Amino acid sequence: MLKALLLAFLKIGLFSFGGGYAVLPSIQAEVEGHGWLTQDDFARAISIAAMSPGSIATNGATLIGYRIDGFGGALAATVGILLPSLVLIVLVAMFFYRMRDSKWMRYVLYSLRPIITMLILYAAIRLLGIGGGSGGGAAGLNWTFIATLLIIGGCVFGMLRYKLHPVLVIVASGLTGIVLF
Amino acid sequence: MTYGGIAMPTTMREQTSKLAELFRIFLRIGPMTFGGGFAMIPLISEEVVAKREWLEEKELDDMLSVASAAPGGVGVNAAAFIGYRRAGVAGAIAAVIGVTLPTFAIGLLFYLFYSLLENNVKVQAALQGIHGAVIGLMVTTAYRMSKAAIFDKMTIGLACLSLLGLTVFGLNPLWVISGGTLIGVAYLFVEEKLGHRIATESRRKAKRAKPEAVGPEYYI
Repeated sequence: MLKALLLAFLKIGLFSFGGGYAVLPSIQAEVEGHGWLTQDDFARAISIAAMSPGSIATNGATLIGYRIDGFGGALAATVGILLPSLVLIVLVAMFFYRMRDSKWMRYVLYSLRPIITMLILYAAIRLLGIGGGSGGGAAGLNWTFIATLLIIGGCVFGMLRYKLHPVLVIVASGLTGIVLF
Repeated sequence: MTYGGIAMPTTMREQTSKLAELFRIFLRIGPMTFGGGFAMIPLISEEVVAKREWLEEKELDDMLSVASAAPGGVGVNAAAFIGYRRAGVAGAIAAVIGVTLPTFAIGLLFYLFYSLLENNVKVQAALQGIHGAVIGLMVTTAYRMSKAAIFDKMTIGLACLSLLGLTVFGLNPLWVISGGTLIGVAYLFVEEKLGHRIATESRRKAKRAKPEAVGPEYYI
């Protein structure tokens, strides 16, 4: 189990371009592909990962690994997601001054940016579909879904219009959740 | 004494103290990163540029833009990069362990705490609210990134292809990333061979003097 976890997260780590939210679809695809977690478990782990300091992707790996196989699982998943970027960054650092203004670097960045943007949007759509922890499987419009949409709208508005800090938004939404749900 | 831009250790003892210092610096920075890796950057800059003068500001900026193209969060990548520059591969490892250890421990503690309160209705409700906030943060991030990322026909095409591939065709994200990048790079390569000049940065981005105007979202 530990080996499978390590391998799965090594694969995720190798392709974790964009970091953070952009990595969530890869994690979800792996975890659900292996049948390790239910969608609700995944959504819950991601909510807690977002509250904790540090990258949501690394935290998510830690918590999902823990959920699947205890402390050893947490360690395997965290090492797995970090190791590829550690190795790649050391390689990048070795050739840093030659790569800095490289044409290929610009080409890769040009192509990666729109893909990463859509990956994050897709991750958001997937998370909305999960509905996290409500237990009600109905796909139709229910109170949980509408209230979640309201919170999302509020967060986007607050961040874009008033440049609120992400931590503030998370805390406020937690409190709003207690009132609404 | 430097070699290839990397400070070479003269003695074992010196190397050990460098590793310990790197570990300590990043251990302190790690827990401060509420709200994502980008929150770390000013702290890193303070420690390694202003206080210790290991790097110049310009070098840190360039390093961050290259690090954003590599896989991984920017916090971990920056730690690995600075650790490597300071003390080689061992330095990179020391810095990454330092930056990860606190968040690893805090994340697990949060999770254990949550497990105890799992059946508490209020805790469930708060998490449901945070679930919405996470989605909101992601939508905001995608929106801000799109301004620098999607600006001509090809980037619009790549964005549409990616979204279609992910949602309608259910492709694995790893395939979308690698396939899409190949298509984009091949396109630029062909255009260059045909003698067309294609701007690889959005003009809106180029106009900004400060990279952080569009940069931060990359680093979350």
